Amino acid sequence: MIRNDDNWLLRVRNLTKIYGAYNEQTVARTGPEFNSNICPDNGSIVACADINFDLYPGEVLGIVGESGSGKSTIVKLLYFDLEKTNGEAFLKPYENDTLNILDESNQKKKFIRNNLMGMVYQNPRDGLNFNFSSGGNIGEKLIMSGNMHVGNIRNRATELLSKTEVPVQRLDDLPAFFSGGMQQRVQISKAIANNPPLLFLDEVTTGLDVSVQAKVLDLIREMQQELGIAMIVVSHDLSVIRMLTDRTMVMKNGRIVESGLTDQILQDPQHEYAQLLVSSLL
Amino acid sequence: MIDNNKYINKYNFAFIDEATKKEIRRKLLKAVAIPGYQVPYSSPEMPISRGWGTGGLHVTLAIIGKDDVFKIIDQGSDASVNACNLRDFVHTMTNVRTTFDTAEATLIQTRHRITEEALLPHQIYIYQVPQPEPLRSVERYENKTRQMHAEGDYAKMFVSLYESIVLHGAVMHGADYPVMVNDRYIMAPSPIPKWDVPNLNHSKALHLFGAGREKRLYAVPPFTKVAPLEFIDVKFDIENFSGKKCYKTSSNKAFLDELIYDDGSKNYVINDSNYLDKLMENETPQQHTNPYINKIAL
Amino acid sequence: MKILEVSGLSKTFNLHILHNKKIEALKNIDFSMEEGEIIGLTGKSGSGKSSLMKCIYRTYLASTGTILYHSDKGKKDLVQASDHEMIELRKTEITYCSQFLSVIPRVTAIDVVCENLFRVEKNKEIARAKAREILAYLGLAEELWDAFPATFSGGEQQRINLARAVLGNPKFLLIDEPTASLDAKTKEAVIRLILNLKKQGSSVICISHDDYTIDQLVDRNIEMQNGTIVSIQSNPKKENS
Repeated sequence: MIRNDDNWLLRVRNLTKIYGAYNEQTVARTGPEFNSNICPDNGSIVACADINFDLYPGEVLGIVGESGSGKSTIVKLLYFDLEKTNGEAFLKPYENDTLNILDESNQKKKFIRNNLMGMVYQNPRDGLNFNFSSGGNIGEKLIMSGNMHVGNIRNRATELLSKTEVPVQRLDDLPAFFSGGMQQRVQISKAIANNPPLLFLDEVTTGLDVSVQAKVLDLIREMQQELGIAMIVVSHDLSVIRMLTDRTMVMKNGRIVESGLTDQILQDPQHEYAQLLVSSLL
Repeated sequence: MIDNNKYINKYNFAFIDEATKKEIRRKLLKAVAIPGYQVPYSSPEMPISRGWGTGGLHVTLAIIGKDDVFKIIDQGSDASVNACNLRDFVHTMTNVRTTFDTAEATLIQTRHRITEEALLPHQIYIYQVPQPEPLRSVERYENKTRQMHAEGDYAKMFVSLYESIVLHGAVMHGADYPVMVNDRYIMAPSPIPKWDVPNLNHSKALHLFGAGREKRLYAVPPFTKVAPLEFIDVKFDIENFSGKKCYKTSSNKAFLDELIYDDGSKNYVINDSNYLDKLMENETPQQHTNPYINKIAL
Repeated sequence: MKILEVSGLSKTFNLHILHNKKIEALKNIDFSMEEGEIIGLTGKSGSGKSSLMKCIYRTYLASTGTILYHSDKGKKDLVQASDHEMIELRKTEITYCSQFLSVIPRVTAIDVVCENLFRVEKNKEIARAKAREILAYLGLAEELWDAFPATFSGGEQQRINLARAVLGNPKFLLIDEPTASLDAKTKEAVIRLILNLKKQGSSVICISHDDYTIDQLVDRNIEMQNGTIVSIQSNPKKENS
């Protein structure tokens, strides 16, 4: 069934993040055509500018590009880790309920972050509190959404850990003593603890060795299939993008230079940089 | 050369000058108006070093009047070094009457205990607080903890309780058990034992907390809800003295001290010295209505 | 009733990284197709058959022209449709069976086949049962069902690819070389499978170099050369039968 076009889950309009002073020139004189994201006028850095896209429920969107192209900035803005300079983002978690998320109050942002979104960072230290056990980390999300029953928290944490294939007897261990792949799994458990409709994955497999990478990716793919969760996958690795995503946006110098279906981007890239990127893969 | 003639003729009543007293009183009013909220204050210099009860002393000296009757205890005892010296200081500076008797006092300064005897509506109870920030153990940055308080974001605090329950089977806060004041702010009740925590709830007296080193004041007004943090299935509980009793009075319905003798043998005695004295003289001082005492088998 | 109307379709690859070299893959393609029809695409290698098919599936972006597709939800121009609409169509109506199996590694053959069905059928075992039926029909050895297809032979991969495309009776099916590298008996089974789909109302476009397959299968045949259509002919054998 074709969903109506207004049935989107996340709508991003003109999202811009600039470090430093800015005027119209700052955005106009940077970007891929100038091959730079540093304003020649005042030296401000344009991390991302004029980002527009819609994400639909259950869809997986990839963001690909070289380091410093602004791909992580987008998800960090949407997850409130960074403050936007300009633009809007709307989230529609339920029918007839639209939240202008970037302009909400801090408490509301916390609620959204906790209940309607999940985030898996490249570095587990960003997503996990290493002073708390893995169960405590998952519990933090559950407690934030009002679950004040130790037994229930433990049951839910056990369920999540077994879903992400972390040995359940490690429930009360500190994540500092886990391997990198296992820390990522605990992070994933934490991210999906409250069954959010939207999940951000920021370079989740970068830095893991190949066999562990494969297992983490398999897990994410299976979870996506099972939970029907919408995801934004940020990666510089085209094979990760190919394996996980339906659609892809290619970024360079803080702009989206091309967006389309993932197989189209991989087989028929239009933009010069996208062609270079794809040819580098093979 | 700077002429220091502030105290050239005599000390001001209650040592602190009137302008500074006014500042502290204003901050106290704010603290009372927002139960459990930590109000920053000037923490002026005192002739004792910070961390030795200056916070409590600031509050006492800012609000004490000539008709007040002053009592001070240190961990339940009227006669410990800290208590004696501060009592002397307050007496020298104000010439108010001092007492050991809890019922008689109007102003009670304390370190680490609430008296066993029930507090009365006209009494003001003043705590010397070492660490006013209950969230410090889970968040080391002050700007973050203030934001957490502002947004009522206390999940981390509960996670630390959860961790304690999971690792040790119980919440391991022997003293300074975090409480929720008026359903809004989590507050550190200063390092009083868990035994005393329920006595803060809907207390008839006014409770004022001063942390001199950390420069914070906060308050629990009379008849304010003070609830220890707990989970639905793991409840707060107080110390259980069943099977132990005070060797002087044979009572165990009060907080007991453990005495260890040179030969290794142990004995127990009631910690609150004034309460112990009253029991010894066969008086019957009225205790707090602490619902937890009846729950545990004594 | 028409299901697909292609008009003025052309595709030019502009290779920026090769000094803006331009390759014209398709030139001014026009044809239309009835619902329930099977159309064959023939021509030499490099004549643009696969490009045309990929343009319809949006793996290639057409340069000019329109591809009007009559979905259950109304007409859609597949050149202009949004990514989201295209994804929805691919999930529900249009499937594509490529020459080469490109699958996610470390997924068993049976789950590869079920992939699309898992999206609608939450009970995995029901989906797997359907997949087993088709794999058995196509004669894939049973011990391979739970193995990873990346290591399979060409013929085995081909059949998995086909099974994946036909599972769930799609409305519109694009098949690239369904019978290459298959033995005569399996070829026969594949042809019967596709004809059976037609009976259930599916429309099929099928590329093949194999005359026998074309003869048996298609209603009309489009012959291509150098990116243009040279002839569109009805299949005389089918008309007779």
